[in-house]
Amino acid sequence: MELFGATNFDFLGKKWPFIIASLVLTAAGLVSLGLRGGPRYGIDFKGGTMTTVKFAQTPPVDKIRTVIDQKLGFGASVQNFVGGDNELAIGTEGSDNNTRQRVLDALESAFGQPTSGKLDVNNASGSDIANRLRGPLTASGALLSDDQINKLASDIRQFRDNSSHSGLLSSFDQLSAVSGVTPQVISVLRQECYLSPFTLRSSDAVGPKIGGQLRTQAIIATLCALGGMLIYIAFRFEWIYGLGAVIAVFHDTIITIGMFSLFNKEIDLTVVAALLTLVGYSMNDTIVIFDRIRENLRVGRRESLEGVINRSVNQTLSRTVMTSGLTFLTVVALFLFGGPVLHGFSFALVVGIIVGTYSSVFVASPIVLFWHNWADKGRVTAAPVAVESRQAVRGTIGKGSQKRL
Amino acid sequence: MQRNLMVKTIVIVSTILLCIYGIIGIPKNKAELEYNIQRNIKLGLDLRGGSHLVLQVQVQDAVRTIADRTMDQLKNQAGKAGIEIGGTDRNNPDSIEQADSIQINVHGVPTAKSNQFRTLVGENFSQWILNPVSATDYKMTLKPTELIDIKRRTIEQSIQTISNRVNGLGLTEPVVQQRGRADADYEILVQLPGIDDPARVQQIIGEAAQLEIVEVKEGPFATQEAALQQKGGILPLNTRLVPWIQTQGTEWFLVSRSAVVTGEDVRSAKASQDEFRKWETDFTLSQEAAGRFENFTGSHINERLAVILDNQVRSVATIQSKISDSGRISNLSSQQEASDLALVMNSGSLPASIVYEERRTVGPSLGADSIKQGIIAGAAGLLAVVLVMLIYYKKSGLNAILALVLNTVILMAALSYFGATLTLPGIAGVILTIGMAVDSNVLIFERIREELRAGKAVMAAVDAGFSKAWWTIVDTHVTTIVSCLFLFLFGSGPVKGFAVTLVIGLFANVFTAVWVSKTIFDFELSGSKPVTALSI
Repeated sequence: MELFGATNFDFLGKKWPFIIASLVLTAAGLVSLGLRGGPRYGIDFKGGTMTTVKFAQTPPVDKIRTVIDQKLGFGASVQNFVGGDNELAIGTEGSDNNTRQRVLDALESAFGQPTSGKLDVNNASGSDIANRLRGPLTASGALLSDDQINKLASDIRQFRDNSSHSGLLSSFDQLSAVSGVTPQVISVLRQECYLSPFTLRSSDAVGPKIGGQLRTQAIIATLCALGGMLIYIAFRFEWIYGLGAVIAVFHDTIITIGMFSLFNKEIDLTVVAALLTLVGYSMNDTIVIFDRIRENLRVGRRESLEGVINRSVNQTLSRTVMTSGLTFLTVVALFLFGGPVLHGFSFALVVGIIVGTYSSVFVASPIVLFWHNWADKGRVTAAPVAVESRQAVRGTIGKGSQKRL
Repeated sequence: MQRNLMVKTIVIVSTILLCIYGIIGIPKNKAELEYNIQRNIKLGLDLRGGSHLVLQVQVQDAVRTIADRTMDQLKNQAGKAGIEIGGTDRNNPDSIEQADSIQINVHGVPTAKSNQFRTLVGENFSQWILNPVSATDYKMTLKPTELIDIKRRTIEQSIQTISNRVNGLGLTEPVVQQRGRADADYEILVQLPGIDDPARVQQIIGEAAQLEIVEVKEGPFATQEAALQQKGGILPLNTRLVPWIQTQGTEWFLVSRSAVVTGEDVRSAKASQDEFRKWETDFTLSQEAAGRFENFTGSHINERLAVILDNQVRSVATIQSKISDSGRISNLSSQQEASDLALVMNSGSLPASIVYEERRTVGPSLGADSIKQGIIAGAAGLLAVVLVMLIYYKKSGLNAILALVLNTVILMAALSYFGATLTLPGIAGVILTIGMAVDSNVLIFERIREELRAGKAVMAAVDAGFSKAWWTIVDTHVTTIVSCLFLFLFGSGPVKGFAVTLVIGLFANVFTAVWVSKTIFDFELSGSKPVTALSI
């Protein structure tokens, strides 16, 4: 099966609409960034505490917001954890030791039974459960040693946390599936404990200093990676190719960050990893086309550079479509099934792969063409024979590529 | 040609076997298989749940302590040498940046004895620089090399103490190590896998557990003000007020500033129950401290002693008789509190207080869900790729899929052999490696198709396809590896894990997509009948 045989689309002839589209997208992203005062950083980069909570049913966001505002006071943000199942992310400023506990207390006061003096099994650790059960179980006549009680509690905890319950039990009767949980144990559980309709899934607290550090690190890592690639491509091809590739990749990154801003999504460490991946992918695409251009130039047909680039893009078209399509498939799978933690990551890649594929053809290649046309024009005034100057250019590329032979 | 192919096949098969061994070992039954996989593929904190903490050691505390000790010693030794010092005080650096500014001021040194005083400081306090401020006053600052040394020791001792405490919890593979630049960041990274009670662990790590047994001068007083009032507004020399917080209310005691026995003198501590079945922590003292304690209690019978933990009185007792080597902290609320306190006392005290810079906790249920989702996403992605490759490249697609699977196996085995951990971004790295691997195959196959279209014979087309795609593959891989290198150097945590898996995957890919795939083609084409058509 073949999608494309020998195609001959005039890609560069239609470059202007695409370049304008690129500029519009970039501008839209930048304007959105400007209006919102920069990207929306996650707590990784600005410091603060992020607690994710899973609810048994659709969480009553307004009620949660009210109670968190009441109990924690400082500018809490409550939002649905995108891609999660009844999950919420509660962002609070400040990263002191007990923010996690305060969020838990606030939620318990609204949804649990804080005054009953019972233990919330859905938010208790194994040792909490063991400590709570020890006395009553002994009093009720169950002959269990300390170790057996500890094991029982840790089995209950594991049963609650396995992936079919995701940390939330809805009734104590479910526990009868755990070995060692007799009706007697269940009746003690009922008497001593209760099940709240939510569970704390994770909590991240980042101090402002580390936040700033991580941000600087991420920017340095990206710039260095770009610089490294520029040097490598300049060494393997010609400096303008390196520059074209890096500008294209930069364009992809800006548009993707702009999309995050447009959709009001947070940028955290995993998104940075995604941005770097898309840098790699887009670069990959660009290099495949550049490689072809170099190869075609070496053959030395009398053809304008525009023609050579067009032909190269056409020759690599089915590869470009296949690879991008397949990668797109894996990334879409990640986006759909990867869960809430990878949501930002896969969103960045979904956007990035589309933009990255297109930028190789419509941003990187035109830059190389513009530069050579401009350089040629300069030479035309100096030396009137244009064809010769074209060969001179080709000569330098040929020389560059001979290094590896 | 045939022999060459044979060698290649042997290399490939042995690589596969080595990799499979790396992942599953040699299992005898299903349980062992599962155990081996769990042991070899280490999951990161985000996948199996756990806590990740970054602590900053407040080194200025240690510097202040040293200044205090020096002031005591200076007064002591000057007194012995017959130099009457008017008084000493110090500044109070209260942030890490200010730690270097520590300064002791010495007032009222008699001018007649100034030479003697200089000699004393020069001989016995050589880590300090002495500068005269006036004829009778001096200031002392720490030498820069000494400052560096103090801070380094503080960090080392903190790491040691925290390690002791963490190890006492009996976790598997906890990490306690220095983080960032040693001479500027003063940070410690603590990773505790599988912990399901982060609050308790943080308390154990962060607790200074400064134990002191001190002489009670007066008390109890109902409030701090009442105590001060009785003393005419000024506390007597070398005393301090310490609270005793109890359920019925807080009382204050006036106690001696210096302790008879401190936490450093504790040889061992353990939890036990008193005669009323209340929990307590018993401790025994080292030999040297026991001697000191015995002398003190012998000469202070019928006076009172207070056990102070982190500047709070825990118990007050009247000395009935000489006590030598043991003591107890009573009235604890639970067995856990008693055993945690024993753990902390056994592990030594922290030389400086600690501030949490980063605390991440992933609950085990989220970790389990993430694994499930990661696997589903990976499988769905892989399945889609496999289907498209088979439809689009027919039999040659099979070739690519084989290379893909092998790539994933090598990647997993490499992670296992290097002892690297698989994190969520790492799984993302694996999925992207699959993408890159597909790309290499597509590049090669498209090239072969082109050559076939140009009318080349099958064998020649395959050879040309591989050799022409080779440099493109090298270029794309090297560029990505270059960028991963920087991610590894400058990135943190998750970004690093991602870079590691991607780099391993890329190297594996060059091997599988180019070398293995070519060998399979050669194998197909090496039959006795010349092949005239290729299923691609």
